[in-house]
Amino acid sequence: MTRLITRRGLLRASFAAAGGLVLAGCDQLDALSQNQNVTDVLQSAEWLTMKSQRALLGRDALAREFTEADMSPVFRSNGTSMPAGDAYARLVETSFSDWQLKVDGQVSQPLSLSLADLKAMPARTQITRHDCVEGWSAIGKWTGVPLAAILAKAQPTAAARYVVFHCADEYEPGSGAYYESIDFVDAYHPQTILAYGMNGNDLPIAHGAPLRLRVERQLGYKQAKYIMRVELVDSFARLGGGQGGFWPDRGYEWYAGI
Amino acid sequence: MDTHDAPPRKILIHRHSLAVRLTHWVNVLCLTFLLLSGLQIFMAHPALYWGQYGANNDPSVLSIGAEQDGNALRGVTRVGGLSFTTTGVLGVSNVDGVQRARTFPDWLTLPSYRDLATGRRWHFFFAWLLVINGFIYLLYGLFAGHFRRDLLPEGRELTPSHLGHEIADHARLRFPKGEAARRYNSLQKLAYIAVIFVLLPLMVATGLTMSPGMDAALPWLVDVFGGRQSARTLHFVAATLLVAFVIVHLAMVVLSGPFNNLRSMITGRYAITPEDQRS
Repeated sequence: MTRLITRRGLLRASFAAAGGLVLAGCDQLDALSQNQNVTDVLQSAEWLTMKSQRALLGRDALAREFTEADMSPVFRSNGTSMPAGDAYARLVETSFSDWQLKVDGQVSQPLSLSLADLKAMPARTQITRHDCVEGWSAIGKWTGVPLAAILAKAQPTAAARYVVFHCADEYEPGSGAYYESIDFVDAYHPQTILAYGMNGNDLPIAHGAPLRLRVERQLGYKQAKYIMRVELVDSFARLGGGQGGFWPDRGYEWYAGI
Repeated sequence: MDTHDAPPRKILIHRHSLAVRLTHWVNVLCLTFLLLSGLQIFMAHPALYWGQYGANNDPSVLSIGAEQDGNALRGVTRVGGLSFTTTGVLGVSNVDGVQRARTFPDWLTLPSYRDLATGRRWHFFFAWLLVINGFIYLLYGLFAGHFRRDLLPEGRELTPSHLGHEIADHARLRFPKGEAARRYNSLQKLAYIAVIFVLLPLMVATGLTMSPGMDAALPWLVDVFGGRQSARTLHFVAATLLVAFVIVHLAMVVLSGPFNNLRSMITGRYAITPEDQRS
């Protein structure tokens, strides 16, 4: 019987411990959520997700494309819907006629392309689903230049590893320009386009005029709007918070495939 | 010797294998963290839709929100065309003594404050752990005979009269004794089979269907559920059913002998009282 009593005592003790844990639970878990070591362990899952998704996806698997009948009647605009500041206001006044897309960094041929230059390049139109990290989705039609065509002109150097998109908007005032980055697997994907058209018209300001990224196998926050400059880099350590994008700097996954 | 006054002699039997016990408790840990972090994620857009797309202007099948009602906030939950006041629990709840617009009370979400990025980090870590743990359990169940021996109901257990009898016994809180207590009863078997082979796989599959990367890798997955938003809704429905299962499961543990049940799930040893004790 001694054994049983010991075991009973052990169970009682664990009940008490579990009870205490539940009472202190909220505060404890909040503290754990902010602990850097815990964050590092939890983030290891992101690496696992990216590696396994990439293995399953291959380089060229396409995101689902839909028909016009499937399109959302209203495509919600999210994030910035009108960039602040005089510089952007002037671009709007002149219908982006003075706007130039800079392509520089680790490239052999830096470029400066007008909207007309981009529209003269090969175009791709795709009806795809936009998945916000918050949970909602909308289906829209995008027209633009495959990023691969621009990279072919700019000729990335051997050191280049990431494509960074610098934007005209500051999502949080004082935070610096919004930016995002993708690697070459996504940069050369056939559905990765710099879109200047949406649902058959010019890209509306609320959706990122004059140019936004569509990288269809990832979440909405990767689809950078108001792109002003494309920079090729060997690392994003020197950019923003060093995590490769506005939202990754704020704790969201850099690989936004889930 | 007079056995009438002696307490019934109990026999300790080996009920749960080490693999079942370990995977069960890892599962408890995973489902707890997944539920709390999942509610945090749901708060970022507390509405459910059916089909391929769904956002603010689209008709929702469920939504949770807050509306101004004079000087006070009113929690409003809509299910289809029906609208319910759910102040205090859904839509509006007490945060530090003040009624605030909040989909769920703060003690129900991980972290307790609004932080989608951190909620996602917890969620995906424990989703991986759940899947790895689930595979270990499935392999064990198949190859060690656990499914065949412990979970597969016999033909006679599935007859309406037998099931009716068991339901009546459960309703009267009369649980099996003696030889019958060595094994799961058929209601237990059916409930565990539903959770192991239907609800948990449905949770994982609908979760993966919400991933734009997985949709490109396995496009048939999104077809199975009729769209990303349908999958998201089914993820929520399956989670609700899992919570319902856990409530019934815990109630049964308490009603049928919490100490004995917990001991068997921790040490593997379960006490049964032979029926023929007094003969």
